[in-house]
Amino acid sequence: MSINISKGRAPVSQQRLQVANVQSGDIGSQVEIEINGKAVHVPLGTTILDACRMNSVHIPTLCYHEDLCLAGVCRVCVVEVEGMRTLQASCTYPITSKMKIRTTSDKVRKARRDIIDLILSEHFGDCFSCHRNGNCELQSLAKEYGIDSYRFGHQTERRFEVDRSSFSVVRDMDKCVLCKRCVRTCIDLQEVGVLEATNKGYETTISTFMDKPLADVICINCGQCINRCPTAALKANDPSDEIWRAIDDPTKHVVIQTAPSPRAAIGEEFGLPPGRSMTRELNTAIKMIGFDKVFDTNFTADLTIMEEGTELLLRLKSLLVDGRTDVKLPQMTSCSPGWIKYIEHFYPNYLDYLSSCKSPQQMFGSVIKTFYAQEAGIDPKDIVTVALMPCSAKKFECNRPEMNDSGFKDVDYGLTTREMAQMIREAGLNLPELEGQGFDAPFGEASGAGLIFGATGGVMEAALRTVYELTTGREVPFKNLDILPCRGFEGVKQASVKLENLLPAWSFLEGVEVNFMIAHGTANAKKVMEALKNGELTNIHFIEVMACPGGCIGGGGQPIPTSPEIRQARANAIYQEDADLPLRKSHENEHVKYIYEKFLTDGPCGHLSHKLLHTTYTKRGKYIA
Amino acid sequence: MPIINDKVLFNHELNNNGLENALKRTPQDIILEIRESGLKGRGGAGFPTGTKWLLAMQAVSDKKFVVCNADEGEPGTFKDRVLLDEYSKFVFEGMVIAGYVIGAQLGYLYLRGEYRYLHQKLQDYLANMKKENRLGNNILGTNFSFDIEIRLGSGAYVCGEETALIESLEGHRGEARNRPPFPVNTGFMGHPTTVNNVETFADAYIIMCNGPEWFQKVGTSKSTGSKLISVSGDCKKPGVYEVPFGIKINELLTMVEAENTKAVQIGGASGLCIPKSQFDRSISFEDIPTGGSIMIFNETRDMLHILKNFMEFFVEESCGQCTPCRIGNKKLLEGVELIEAGKCSLSYSQELIEMGKTMTLASKCGLGQSSPNPFISILTHFEDEIFSQS
Repeated sequence: MSINISKGRAPVSQQRLQVANVQSGDIGSQVEIEINGKAVHVPLGTTILDACRMNSVHIPTLCYHEDLCLAGVCRVCVVEVEGMRTLQASCTYPITSKMKIRTTSDKVRKARRDIIDLILSEHFGDCFSCHRNGNCELQSLAKEYGIDSYRFGHQTERRFEVDRSSFSVVRDMDKCVLCKRCVRTCIDLQEVGVLEATNKGYETTISTFMDKPLADVICINCGQCINRCPTAALKANDPSDEIWRAIDDPTKHVVIQTAPSPRAAIGEEFGLPPGRSMTRELNTAIKMIGFDKVFDTNFTADLTIMEEGTELLLRLKSLLVDGRTDVKLPQMTSCSPGWIKYIEHFYPNYLDYLSSCKSPQQMFGSVIKTFYAQEAGIDPKDIVTVALMPCSAKKFECNRPEMNDSGFKDVDYGLTTREMAQMIREAGLNLPELEGQGFDAPFGEASGAGLIFGATGGVMEAALRTVYELTTGREVPFKNLDILPCRGFEGVKQASVKLENLLPAWSFLEGVEVNFMIAHGTANAKKVMEALKNGELTNIHFIEVMACPGGCIGGGGQPIPTSPEIRQARANAIYQEDADLPLRKSHENEHVKYIYEKFLTDGPCGHLSHKLLHTTYTKRGKYIA
Repeated sequence: MPIINDKVLFNHELNNNGLENALKRTPQDIILEIRESGLKGRGGAGFPTGTKWLLAMQAVSDKKFVVCNADEGEPGTFKDRVLLDEYSKFVFEGMVIAGYVIGAQLGYLYLRGEYRYLHQKLQDYLANMKKENRLGNNILGTNFSFDIEIRLGSGAYVCGEETALIESLEGHRGEARNRPPFPVNTGFMGHPTTVNNVETFADAYIIMCNGPEWFQKVGTSKSTGSKLISVSGDCKKPGVYEVPFGIKINELLTMVEAENTKAVQIGGASGLCIPKSQFDRSISFEDIPTGGSIMIFNETRDMLHILKNFMEFFVEESCGQCTPCRIGNKKLLEGVELIEAGKCSLSYSQELIEMGKTMTLASKCGLGQSSPNPFISILTHFEDEIFSQS
């Protein structure tokens, strides 16, 4: 029997770190092994770790992460395999023949204890002055192994400067345990490749290209590394002190918008199982904290659909009616700031394919400081806008220099789910216990279409609900408006909807099959972009891309930990909320209609909406001075 | 002593027709002969060469590779340099034979960065082999074609570990891979690869020249053949020697005219430190295995100082990926410094020895698994000397 490396998403340099698979002919056959004296059957090629987990045998891990390729570097998960002199890392060892495994022997216990003590000896700082206190995998390991002293000493002096250069991600390498999860996240999961180990031996560190500040390299700010860091070496750039100051300042009118994904996940920060939306409880908490108004980002998600859907129809019209050959199709979504920075760095010559629409966050920012300020009679200079987002890249996005179309910084602060939870805790509130309340006027409740933006495929589904109905006068031909081909966590999805029996105004689209694609995670975005580059996507009209695996529900600002199951549960919560809403189509949102009647009077993609709701992109490329 | 007659490599009776003999046989027959000879890997780990080649031969793949590990980085080892420099034929034709056996089309010589000065000479030798049709297409008129390329290392000690070497060969950071899968299945660029020491190829070549029985006559039953050793340190005749396996340390010391010897470090920095009381032990896979480095220390040497030197080496040369090796070596070095300063309690030194044992069990590759050896053996054998100073 020969062993092959499974084909991972990783570039060649990382592929070999995948666990060995047995050749296809052998897959499925079972092998009998013994774990701690008990005989069990596992599929050939299963790792020892998986085999133990299947049989409820606990093995501690640190560098292992379900989402990532294997490393086998922390050595915390070592076990004894009968007949082998050395201990084996259970996370990387594939079972290809009968073997006897011991997970509890004195050798194993002593080795794990020594390894944990060694890691702790190099780990700078104390738990109580650390923002991961209570949610740190190293801390949990120390507790599990009853660590009550630093047997091999303790690092009491800083060796590295904290890198705060990025708007999104803060790196504190003194807290790093060199598990390389961030490296694997960046190079393998996301295929961006900003982080890598440099130097060797004791001097090994995780570094950027030429050790430049994170702000000066091609980091896309997705924050997926933060979600997978077991300690506090990586965290989001936290603006909550400034937000508290604004709240405490009586001259400031502090307004917050909340995105659907944080609402579906913030319960996890308060001990709830994943998958329970806290939308209404969160509104109460926000008001109790002292925010003046709370709005639903879904309002501008609905607005995005109007703008982006119109933009797509206009592009199709230019192509089909005006016969213009310079029309850039497929149109690509632009809601995900991680994706935007990715394409700016990696495919700078393809920016014209992007929808010019701002993300819902930025649309809301400019609407609040113009339309809302006008309606409420507040000087926009006194308004502070905060955006609760599942995202670390949103922090960068709101600081883009072009994002000031209202005449002011459109969105002042991007706040992650984790930071919001911290503010709620600091205010002495227990979120799950609070009574719920609705969103504030004048934007009120939004549609379920805006809500499902949070899951991969959601923007596409929302757009189709609207585009189909606007052109045909009928609802999309899917049961309960659930466009199932848009859902699920497959890396790249493709489907189509045929436009037939159209309203007279749209007759030029009669019989057109709208082909769309959905990609999540930049590794999948890369596949799509390579296909586009190779001219393979000429029949595709619309592509949704989200930078994070799973879409926004798996964003870099979401509660830690993350795993496929957790992301699925969050997605389910969002789809359930959508199904329960009376209003499920963006174009039926009364407040959206109202803003087009009262404010954006020249309609979607009109002059004013172009000024306030659309943007431009920067050709960044990969070579930065 | 009958050492002179116990040579197989540096022996004038050698037929020098190994390649011709090999290409007349089937790969299966060659493997049988190699296995019969009892040849074990000369890098120090002692994996049976015939078995390794058999596994690589059996692996199914459109491409296979032969890699010669000439990253001679173990402190105190310099025997491969002599082979490469003066016996290039043995090494390269040994590689061709290996390629013929496993079905490879290409071989790489991974040459240690510090041996760059040999590069041109070796290139010229390969060019000459091609001219003589001993390399390239249809070697010696057979259907077998094989080429050899030379790649230079960049000075990392860990790249002597075969999977780290393959990583480096592919252009990546030199870090050991997880095993299994082993290189014989998934090696260079994911293809079956046999990685052997320079000396192993030379030995395989001479087995093809004069047959397995001739090779077996030297050495012990479990360690057949001879071993090249590089002797350095406190002796009158340092240098490269060919010795039969089973030679006693005492005999060896006499041979190189060492006097007042206190300790012998066998197997380089990661090897074992043998005190005078154990000089009747022998160099062999069943007693004290070695890749070839023998360092002799006489009575004037400070064992703690020697140990410190070794530990500094490992702190720097660990690849840094796995915890036990990256941090463990640092802690052992700090322990040595504490002892130096007279601040290390016996109980803490014991704790470090125990932690060192964890390193030998739990490190990812041979580097971390062997780097505590000098710490453990020197502190165990020279406890009195070391702790009486402080």
